[in-house]
Amino acid sequence: MATEVRVPTILREFTGGEKAVTAEGPTLQAIIANLDANYPGIGGRLIDSSGLRRFVNVYLNDEDVRFLDGLDTVVTDRDAITILPAVAGG
Amino acid sequence: MRLWAKLEDRNPTGSVKDRAALNMIRQAEAEGLIKPGMTLLEPTSGNTGISLAMVAKQHGYKLICVMPENTSIERTQLLTMWGAEIITSPAAGGSNEAVRVAKGLAAEHPDWVMLYQYGNEANAQAHYDSTGPELLEDLPTITHFVAGLGTTGTLMGVGRFFGEKKPDVQIIAAEPRYGELVYGLRNLEEGFIPELYDASVLSSRFSVGPLDALRRTRELLEVEGIFAGISTGAILHAALGVAAKAVAAGEEADIAFIVCDGGWKYLSTGAYEGTLDEAEAAIEGQLWA
Repeated sequence: MATEVRVPTILREFTGGEKAVTAEGPTLQAIIANLDANYPGIGGRLIDSSGLRRFVNVYLNDEDVRFLDGLDTVVTDRDAITILPAVAGG
Repeated sequence: MRLWAKLEDRNPTGSVKDRAALNMIRQAEAEGLIKPGMTLLEPTSGNTGISLAMVAKQHGYKLICVMPENTSIERTQLLTMWGAEIITSPAAGGSNEAVRVAKGLAAEHPDWVMLYQYGNEANAQAHYDSTGPELLEDLPTITHFVAGLGTTGTLMGVGRFFGEKKPDVQIIAAEPRYGELVYGLRNLEEGFIPELYDASVLSSRFSVGPLDALRRTRELLEVEGIFAGISTGAILHAALGVAAKAVAAGEEADIAFIVCDGGWKYLSTGAYEGTLDEAEAAIEGQLWA
C-alpha cells in the first residue's frame, strides 16, 4: 500500500536523485511524514508551521491539494502525488 | 452537458492577451505614467509581448521584451514584425528568469516603464470588464469557466465578475506542467506567484502535462476543426475532467473554456506532427503555453 510521489529536481538531493519515490499514509500529512522518515529533511522543505510552504505546489492526480483538503486530503495507493515549485506563466 | 469554446484567437494579434495589453497601456496613459516616445519593458513568454508590441506600435512607444530563450521561433518573428526589441533570458527557470531579468533592467533604466502583467490590476480588469460580461451575455446558463493560469489575469477578472453577477459559476484553473528544465530553480525560494493571484477566486486548479495537452489540442483540431495552441489543449483537458465529474453526478452543465490562441505560433515546435509521444519529445524543455 504505497502511493507514488513525483519529486522535482530541486528536491532530489533528498531522494538520492530519484524522480519518483513511494510513501505510505492515509492523508497528505501522513505521506509527507513518511517521506521525511525515509528521506530526512525533505519534509521541512515542503511544509512549515503554517502548512504547505508558499512556493510549493502539491497535486493529487493533477488537482492542486489547496483546493481539496490541503494536508488533510485523503490519499490512496491508486493516487499519484506530484510536487512542483511555483513558477510563472504569461 | 455542453462545452463552449470562447475563441480568443480571433483577437487582432491572435491571442487572449490583446485584452490585457490594450487595457494596461490605456490605464497607464490615463494615469499619466506613459506618453508616446517612451520605452516600455515587459517580461513575457510571448503572447503578452506580441499584444503589447502591436499596441505600442499603434500608440508610439518603443517596446523591449524579456523572453525566455526556450520559446518558439514564431514568437520572436512576430515580436520583431511589430518592432519590439527582444532580450533573452535563460531557459532554465522559464518565465521566473524573465521576470528576474526584467526587474533588474527596470532598476538600471528608471526611464523605462514596466507595465508588469503579473501585478498590474488593469490586466485582470480587462477581463472583468469584457471577457466576463461577454460570456454571461452569450451563455446565460454558464455553470463553469475554465481558463489557463499564467499571470492569472483572465481567471481573476472573469472570476470576480461571476462572483458578483452569478456566484454559482465554478472558476477552474488549468496550469501547464512543463518539462523539468522550466522548474530548474536553484531553490524553492526562487518560486514565483503572480501578485494578481488570489486563490479565493478559484474553485479548483489542475496541472496538465504535455501529453494530455497535445492529445486534446489534436482532438480539438480533428473533431471541431479548431486549430488552437497547446495551452488550449491543457485547458480543454481540465474542462473535460470537470465535464466527466458533472456527468457522473447527473448534473447539467454549460462549461465555457478559453481558446487562448491559434496553433500558428507553434507549428515549428513539432506539436502537430508525428505521434503524440514524438510531439511530447519535441516540446520537452519548451515554454509551450
